[in-house]
Amino acid sequence: MTDVLPQTRGRLKVYLGYAAGVGKTFQMLADAHELKQRGVDVVIGYLEPHGRKDTIARAEGLELIPRKKVVYRATSFEEMDLEVILQRRPQVCVVDEFAHSNVPGSAHAKRWEDVLTLLDAGIDVLTTLNIQHLESLNDQVWQMSGVRVRETVPDWVMKQADEVVMVDLTPRALLNRLERGVVYPPEKARRALENFFQESTLVALRELALRQTAHEVEIRQVTPPEFEGATDPGAPGEAAAAPTPSGSRDRILVHLTEHPSTAMLIRRGRRVADYLQTECFGVYVLTVSDFAKLPREKREAIERHLNFARNLHLETHVLEGSDVVETLMTFARLHRITQIFVARPQYSRWPAFLGINLVHRIVAEARDMQVTIVAERRRERRN
Amino acid sequence: MANVTISRPDPDRLLRQLDTQALEQQLSQERLKVFLGYASGVGKSFRMFDEGRRRRERGQDVVVGAVQPNLSPEIESLIRMLEVIPPKKVSGGEAMDVEAILARRPQVCLADGAAYDNPPGSRNPKRWQDILELVSRGIVVITSLNLQHIEERREVVRHITGTEAEETVPLSFLYAANEIVIVDVPPELLLERAGGPDSAEAAEQRRQLSALREQALLLTAEVVDRQLEDYLHAHGIEPLWGTQERILVCLTPGLNAEVMIASARRNAQRFHGEWVVVYVRHSLLSEKDERELQRQAEVARHAGAHVEVLDGDDPVEALMDFARSHRVTQIFVSPRRRRHWWNSVVGGPVDRLIRAAEGMDVRVFPPS
Repeated sequence: MTDVLPQTRGRLKVYLGYAAGVGKTFQMLADAHELKQRGVDVVIGYLEPHGRKDTIARAEGLELIPRKKVVYRATSFEEMDLEVILQRRPQVCVVDEFAHSNVPGSAHAKRWEDVLTLLDAGIDVLTTLNIQHLESLNDQVWQMSGVRVRETVPDWVMKQADEVVMVDLTPRALLNRLERGVVYPPEKARRALENFFQESTLVALRELALRQTAHEVEIRQVTPPEFEGATDPGAPGEAAAAPTPSGSRDRILVHLTEHPSTAMLIRRGRRVADYLQTECFGVYVLTVSDFAKLPREKREAIERHLNFARNLHLETHVLEGSDVVETLMTFARLHRITQIFVARPQYSRWPAFLGINLVHRIVAEARDMQVTIVAERRRERRN
Repeated sequence: MANVTISRPDPDRLLRQLDTQALEQQLSQERLKVFLGYASGVGKSFRMFDEGRRRRERGQDVVVGAVQPNLSPEIESLIRMLEVIPPKKVSGGEAMDVEAILARRPQVCLADGAAYDNPPGSRNPKRWQDILELVSRGIVVITSLNLQHIEERREVVRHITGTEAEETVPLSFLYAANEIVIVDVPPELLLERAGGPDSAEAAEQRRQLSALREQALLLTAEVVDRQLEDYLHAHGIEPLWGTQERILVCLTPGLNAEVMIASARRNAQRFHGEWVVVYVRHSLLSEKDERELQRQAEVARHAGAHVEVLDGDDPVEALMDFARSHRVTQIFVSPRRRRHWWNSVVGGPVDRLIRAAEGMDVRVFPPS
């Protein structure tokens, strides 16, 4: 990415929606036609029309790059043909479904990686994305809809977009379209109505998409809005840290462990850091002398979490220390951390009489920092 | 004239009535749909008339009640496909002919430009009042509106653009609408390119449009959030999630209130969320403590917070009840300082709060 001059890099435009069927692809194709009319060299790199008549009709008259056949486990799949597009060198390439995972054996695991390659080659890209595919919202979306979205786009990739446009439709209009069979064939429509397409879920997802688009617009503004924190007295710990270029004095540390809740913790820390426009560290404390000495399962979980944190662009550190809390605190003070993110204690495993656990000790010893105990996201209230 | 004034429904009453209806009929009853834009030229009117065309094709009885001047050829060709009720000439100007529309009784009426001021002597002074009248008589109205015309947003818009719209529509009009659609396009498409694409004028225009766009998106999110609230309320759902950040600051004796309040305010601002400050009054509170809490509450109010005093002998319970019913996402607390103050963490109120705060983040601030 760095070997390309900035002026030659392609521009990325994302059509953001809150569900399938709101009209993202349709809008994108309409814009592609307009570009073509103005004499721009536009091709369709990948289109997923879902058998929708309107969408298929809208693609007519645009050059379509044939998909590439990829055989995986004796089944043939069709993917975007990155090489052919790179050779064809259009000015603008239309790539539907930004969050798509390519079939194993493709050049990249994710379609968004293909898109970054196109951008690096100086090709502008128009793409579509639904809000539930944004990595940092994964837990919230699961809570709202009961669906754990597997295909996600990291937030830093979204940040690469030069333009994010919200494609809006009211939930009722969308439900009408679904009932009329415009969005999905009947069987799929019926299943869709059972999860994502419940009215309250749609309204909630729509609000998330609107807020996210507002955020995307805000961070792209030439002059960021005045940051009030710069003149505030500042919380303990905040005063010690020099403001970052954005004016923020917050610095966030996410405590990584082998526990499954770590993924959620990383997403939350990332999201808060993005909104505060500040740095985010992910720290794991190794209490044994050698990583290899850990049980395999634990080691794998930690490696997975470290990887995940790196994929979301957290600065990760593995520290050695016999005392987790002490090691964390030393690191935090050295790096002028203002907020530590920890997982909610697993109360069911810790009878009250056992008293002090990790979270309690962190809270007790972080006298100059704030400690955020991140909610354990679940769908139903425990009794 | 006097007769007309008397028989005209009071717009405020209409709004209240629609608001109650909204709660009773939840979201499903169609009444009023607004296409909201952040500036003129984003394509609201086109979207509106195009929806009219599609509805007509699907067999709905659609009429055009009001159009705006300077129509684009695309919009003109859409309007030609629809039945138009001609406007009424009033003292040199024109107004939507509400009587004629009521007599015609269509299913759907398209009324472009809700912020339009009718000429003096019209049935209602404002087009949005005409629209509410049609809606109250059972006609579905689809209209368009620009951010700058929302009364409650005039201040913000003036801050961005330096100018203020004369014609306004109250925010409650948007709340009365059960459907709102934002028409979002990149500012690039609207730039007039005064002095070329890289000129200072173009840069300033781009900045203004971008700021207006953000405001329009946030306003739509607010309206949508209220619809969600109504829906959840109507269905008795108490969700474990929040769509926007809502910070609850718990005041307790001995905390560094200034720091916590400043931080909550800053975070709410960054997330475009809400914040509320509370303290719990209970029988074990000493007079000195209560005085301190009142002082902290004063600091919070001064910082612009909404402060609520909760009653309950179990502070954690009172806080959690409040947090749950207000869809709070983050709770800010601080444990009381003791000689070995961390002793008070384990099994103390903060610990109990962390246990109870399901689905919410708890941010613990060090004691002062």
